[in-house]
Amino acid sequence: MDFNDTAEEAAYRAEVRAWLDKNATRKENAKDIAPPKDLKEMIAQSKAWQAKKADAGYACITWPKEWGGGGGTTINNVIYSQEESKYAVPGGIFAIGLGMCIPTVMSWGSDEAKQRFVKPAVRGDEIWCQLFSEPAGGSDVAGLRTKAEKDGDDWVINGQKVWTSGAHFCDYGILLVRTDPNVPKHKGLTMFWIDMKDPAVEVRPIKQMSGGAEFNEVFFTNLRVKDSQRLGKVGDGWKVALTTLMNERLAVGGSQGNADTDELISLARNTDIAGEPAIRHGGVRERIADWYVQAQGLKFTRFRTLTALSKGETPGPESSISKIVAAKKMQDLGSFGMDLQDMGGVIRDRKISPEEGAYTEQWIGAAGYRIAGGTDEILRNIVAERVLGLPQDIRVDKDLPFNQAPKGK
Amino acid sequence: MNFDFSDDQKMLKEQVRKFLADKCPMSVTRRVLEKEEPYAAEVWKGLVEMGLTGTAIPEEFGGLGLGALELCVIAEELGRAAAPVPFSSSIYLAAEALRLFGTKKQKETWLPKLASGEIIGTLAVSEGTHAAHPRNIAVKQAGGKINGVKQPVVDGGAASLAIVAVNTGGSGEGAVSLAIVDLKAGGVSTEPVRTLDPSRQHVTLSFKDAPAEILGDKPGEGWSQLSRVFDGAAVLFAFEQVGGTEAALEMARDYALERYAFGRQIGSYQAIKHKLADMYVKKELAKSNAYFGAMMLNDEGAELTEAAAASRIAGSDAYVFAAQENIQTHGGIGYTWESDCQFHYRRAKLLALAVGAPIQWKEKLVARLEAKNAA
Ligand SMILES: Cc1cc2nc3c(=O)[nH]c(=O)nc-3n(C[C@H](O)[C@H](O)[C@H](O)COP(=O)(O)OP(=O)(O)OC[C@H]3O[C@@H](n4cnc5c(N)ncnc54)[C@H](O)[C@@H]3O)c2cc1C
Ligand SMILES: Cc1cc2nc3c(=O)[nH]c(=O)nc-3n(C[C@H](O)[C@H](O)[C@H](O)COP(=O)(O)OP(=O)(O)OC[C@H]3O[C@@H](n4cnc5c(N)ncnc54)[C@H](O)[C@@H]3O)c2cc1C
Repeated sequence: MDFNDTAEEAAYRAEVRAWLDKNATRKENAKDIAPPKDLKEMIAQSKAWQAKKADAGYACITWPKEWGGGGGTTINNVIYSQEESKYAVPGGIFAIGLGMCIPTVMSWGSDEAKQRFVKPAVRGDEIWCQLFSEPAGGSDVAGLRTKAEKDGDDWVINGQKVWTSGAHFCDYGILLVRTDPNVPKHKGLTMFWIDMKDPAVEVRPIKQMSGGAEFNEVFFTNLRVKDSQRLGKVGDGWKVALTTLMNERLAVGGSQGNADTDELISLARNTDIAGEPAIRHGGVRERIADWYVQAQGLKFTRFRTLTALSKGETPGPESSISKIVAAKKMQDLGSFGMDLQDMGGVIRDRKISPEEGAYTEQWIGAAGYRIAGGTDEILRNIVAERVLGLPQDIRVDKDLPFNQAPKGK
Repeated sequence: MNFDFSDDQKMLKEQVRKFLADKCPMSVTRRVLEKEEPYAAEVWKGLVEMGLTGTAIPEEFGGLGLGALELCVIAEELGRAAAPVPFSSSIYLAAEALRLFGTKKQKETWLPKLASGEIIGTLAVSEGTHAAHPRNIAVKQAGGKINGVKQPVVDGGAASLAIVAVNTGGSGEGAVSLAIVDLKAGGVSTEPVRTLDPSRQHVTLSFKDAPAEILGDKPGEGWSQLSRVFDGAAVLFAFEQVGGTEAALEMARDYALERYAFGRQIGSYQAIKHKLADMYVKKELAKSNAYFGAMMLNDEGAELTEAAAASRIAGSDAYVFAAQENIQTHGGIGYTWESDCQFHYRRAKLLALAVGAPIQWKEKLVARLEAKNAA
């Protein structure tokens, strides 16, 4: 048992480090670099960085070179991510496209579509979003109502999506729609790729509770798409969507927020309870211990997964516990950090708060994290059903035609 | 990255698992508990014959000279079976204390006998219903003799050797030493103690001028020696806890599939599904922490204390939760004497209290984290 790289892994890590040193700034030296002044600048910087990575073979590391990827292994990819996380580089905006949408296109798209879209996406020239959730279907995404009707060789799409991350700056999206309301819900769905710049697509940003607006409502009014934009067969949309969602589970990962136990200990040493440093208080100490043990548990669960990957094995189901633990911990720790700041805990202003409002931000963000990419409850169902083999929930709408199934508003 | 046990270690684990599945089903734990046997003699004999007691004892003292990782895989299987044997007392505690801190002569005297299973050893620290502390260790050693009372002492009835925490005079931690006491040499009386888990026998040991010898070559180091012995034992017990959690979860899962209420398997109700999912989550957190504990213990790593504490906290939380919710999942039948649920319920709490309760370990952990943060 050790944390050491194999000789090959060490060589790859050294290569990656050398390249990053040459092309990026380490986080500790990046304090004075101003953040992008607006969305446009952020996107421009992200695209430039992605293109650089693609040229060096560090974008989509596990994908074949002929698709613009790096032709590497999963463990190469992990090593690159570990190293890149130490540098101040733009991040995030390609994650949904490259993590979920393009793999779906690669599995189900026509050769033409693959030729057209994969490489530009890998280079970051084009950005993709995932248009699945609707007002009537989030956890139960197969309950969606946006409909596509055949008209000659085209399909005409009407309806609405919601919570679409990044739709306001994306070029393309994968869209799940209902093509047949007369069959049970999972059987009447079909997947398409669409052009987000089409005038029949209207994107309206949704302001989140955090104040930011990273996700959107998307409306379709007589959007015409060609039959050649179909991904998979008519009626096979659910099967296609499962490819995407499988990739989602691999992509959504270890984030535990900005403040963790070490930050909490610093804070507890610098604030009082009953005239004593808070760190002397048993209630504070017990919570610190509990969160430390959870954080270590998550870290070493990840290491177990990495070990399986490193040996070329498929990781076990233990990787499915991560978000269940991480999201709630992030929320609880954020809440408790504010408690320690006492009346000042309400302050979110980075200029006043020496902790830069980290606890408040984390607490607010965690509320979304517990929902996005599968809610706490849905993830527990998945563990119970797929890992422990317990029966599926009873689904009263399973065998009814969609248009006869019970629905809310 | 190689954060896993080796194939040889996994094979050893499989071998122990098979042996215990065959020779130590829950009916054996029940027998020991009901008949108040000191331990399951035939299971102990089998473990000894497999050479498991000598696993981590150096070859020069009659053992196999393997490492902590081998002990960890054995521990997980002992935990899964809730095995009623004195393995932890004799090996994780007595043998480890001697291996770590004994003089050459002390090791030569005792380790071969512990390795071969010729004798059973134990560790005696507790003196009643309060946490042990340098300030309250009342058993005194003077002039090669000890006097006072230790209780409860697990396996104290079957053991021929006890490592006893004693006061040797002086102040603070320096007042504590560990003493080697030959329990057959006179001056020792034993009395059974009724506890929450009679499948593991506990006694009161009363010493009246019992001959004793300081572990190691000088007195006053007992408290720090004890702390290191407990760190190792915490990791090993954490593996027992992981094994126990897995067994309790399996019991609950099997019952949830088999039992119908309101026309459905109870395992189809989310209240049960989510409960079992939570057991699984806690078990995985415990396992991952225990793996790191194993690595630190095997390498005598700088983070052993933190890793041991985290292993113990996560392991205790997982097993106690799983054992409690296993009974809950079983409904009324789970609360009966006839049901096997009780064995995990008892063992889970026993393990969570052996070598110190989680709240003590949380304190030990945070004291270390605090010091690091201040540095
Ligand atoms: C920050 C953020 C970004 C997102 N980005 C995207 C995106 O890019 N693309 C996209 O398509 N979607 C996106 N989503 C949507 C997300 O996938 C859904 O919000 C999520 O799946 C939950 O669906 P819902 O909001 O409709 O809640 P609902 O499904 O209505 O759930 C409401 C509550 O009911 C519970 N519930 C529902 N069904 C069950 C059940 N069977 N058993 C027990 N409890 C149940 C849920 O757990 C929840 O607590 C995003 C969401 C967030 C918060
Ligand atoms: C100490 C004690 C004294 C008792 N005294 C009496 C008495 O005097 N008279 C008498 O008639 N009975 C008595 N009972 C029986 C008691 O009422 C039942 O044990 C209890 O109702 C549970 O039923 P069960 O044991 O069949 O468990 P089950 O009903 O089989 O339940 C097993 C598990 O499934 C869960 N479960 C079952 N259905 C659902 C559901 N729909 N949704 C979610 N979870 C579900 C339960 O919560 C439980 O966790 C006593 C029980 C005990 C423990």
